Amino acid sequence: MSAQHEIAILGAGMHPWGKWGRNFVEYGVHAARAALREASVPWRDIQFVSGGATMRNGYPGYVAGATFAQALGWQGAQVNTSYAACASGSQALAAARSKILSGECEVALVVGADTTPKGFLKPAPGERPDDPDWLRFRLGITNPTYFALYARRRMALYGDTQADFARVKVKNAAHGAENPNARYRKRFTEADVAASPVVADPLRLMDICATSDGGAALVVSSLDYARRHGHAAAPRVAAISTVTPTFASAQVEMPDIATDSAVACGPHGFRAALPRKAYEEAGIGPEDVSVAEVYDLSTALELDWIEDLQLCPRGEAAALTRSGATRIGGRLPVNPSGGLACFGEAVPAQALAQMCELSWQLRGMAGARQVKGARVGITANQGLFGHGSSVILKR
Amino acid sequence: MDAPTPARPLMDGWFTLDPAHPHLLGNRCTRCGTYYFPKLRTGYCRNPDCDGETFEEIELSNEGTLWSYTDAAYAPPPPYVAADPHVPFGIAAVQLEKERMVVLGQLATGTELRNLELGQPMKLVLEALEDGRLVWKWQPLEGAK
Repeated sequence: MSAQHEIAILGAGMHPWGKWGRNFVEYGVHAARAALREASVPWRDIQFVSGGATMRNGYPGYVAGATFAQALGWQGAQVNTSYAACASGSQALAAARSKILSGECEVALVVGADTTPKGFLKPAPGERPDDPDWLRFRLGITNPTYFALYARRRMALYGDTQADFARVKVKNAAHGAENPNARYRKRFTEADVAASPVVADPLRLMDICATSDGGAALVVSSLDYARRHGHAAAPRVAAISTVTPTFASAQVEMPDIATDSAVACGPHGFRAALPRKAYEEAGIGPEDVSVAEVYDLSTALELDWIEDLQLCPRGEAAALTRSGATRIGGRLPVNPSGGLACFGEAVPAQALAQMCELSWQLRGMAGARQVKGARVGITANQGLFGHGSSVILKR
Repeated sequence: MDAPTPARPLMDGWFTLDPAHPHLLGNRCTRCGTYYFPKLRTGYCRNPDCDGETFEEIELSNEGTLWSYTDAAYAPPPPYVAADPHVPFGIAAVQLEKERMVVLGQLATGTELRNLELGQPMKLVLEALEDGRLVWKWQPLEGAK
């Protein structure tokens, strides 16, 4: 995509992830103020506020954009709220990009934040057999069930082992130990992972991400605005992919209990389609990527994503990880932030958190986590009901 | 003593109740042939190239091959009704050849995960959940291992 379709990231900000148990608005405002400070943009200058919604915090969560705008102090900006499960932050960013590229505004604030309950994510109460999310829980099928089914496939098809999965956790824990915004900052060994209890065979507790509280925000603008305000070298958003799956979707996905039937239309994979569209939009390829932030809901899923991003051939991500290439200091660091392994999932903030990390990496501001010479970063994530996203940042 | 009351299905119309040869009940677009399980109830085929609006109820194949498997070592949250203490159960994803789809279900009680292998033949059985409600489960074709 040519520069006329790009926008600039002027600032990124986060509220540290944790299990703080406080109101999500506090995390969002904290992150927004941090992003505004980094961008040196006064709040009054923001012309559009784009929020990622949370489903767990009542009405203020459904209208998160307005909730954050009020908490920052109503100043008459245009407002929007997006919900797209784990891709909510990317859709909120896409709304801001559309406003900026259409000339309706020059500078925008994108914010997502969440407060999550403990334990398994679970559906709202009531008897709703027509809701696939209710139905699968009634049958005893949780999110880790799906992660484990995919992990077992890797073991059978590619020869991956539980030690290969543990290596991903060890690597991400080492990255997160250097990240002040991460919830878990302890280093672990493969033996630690192996000693944690099995949750969904073959995955152990330490293979699966937790749910967290947190907030993340970006200040974005037109390239012209960036130049006029001393941000000519700011990282740019080169692509935002939020495509749906294509029928017939061939892998059983949360929250479904069956795949589409592929008798009339051939089978299609979903995860790999997300970055494919992003590469096409940015006009670059996987060989150009210097750093990636992927959705490691489980350790094994990080390996799937590495292949879906075409960073190595199918089935070779475990070997790539063993080689050390995906560590900071390696050829192609993956999840330098520590990933979900160290953050836990704060749904509407998570896609934005991935972009915050890449923005800091591209600016050379990542401190002990810095990926040397990072020029192109890509994110990938997937949530429920056919939502997912892949965003490319470059400098 | 009265004979035990047969277990009540968890949902009506999702599977046949013949204990020897149970089938999942789905439907099928009469125009493009796409199968649906659970049954498509919107009345509009989900194949993007098909404008089919009529569907026939069908019994899905009750045998398939193992696509993947796992277990639930911890009690799932409500609306799952867990026994106390929770008894871990297996979960299978089974590929149906004719329908070209994968269907999830619990593994029949007593199925040992360590004996399973992807691609092995599986069959549908009816069995009660921990709360006594009847559902479909998957079992290795050569009897419970």
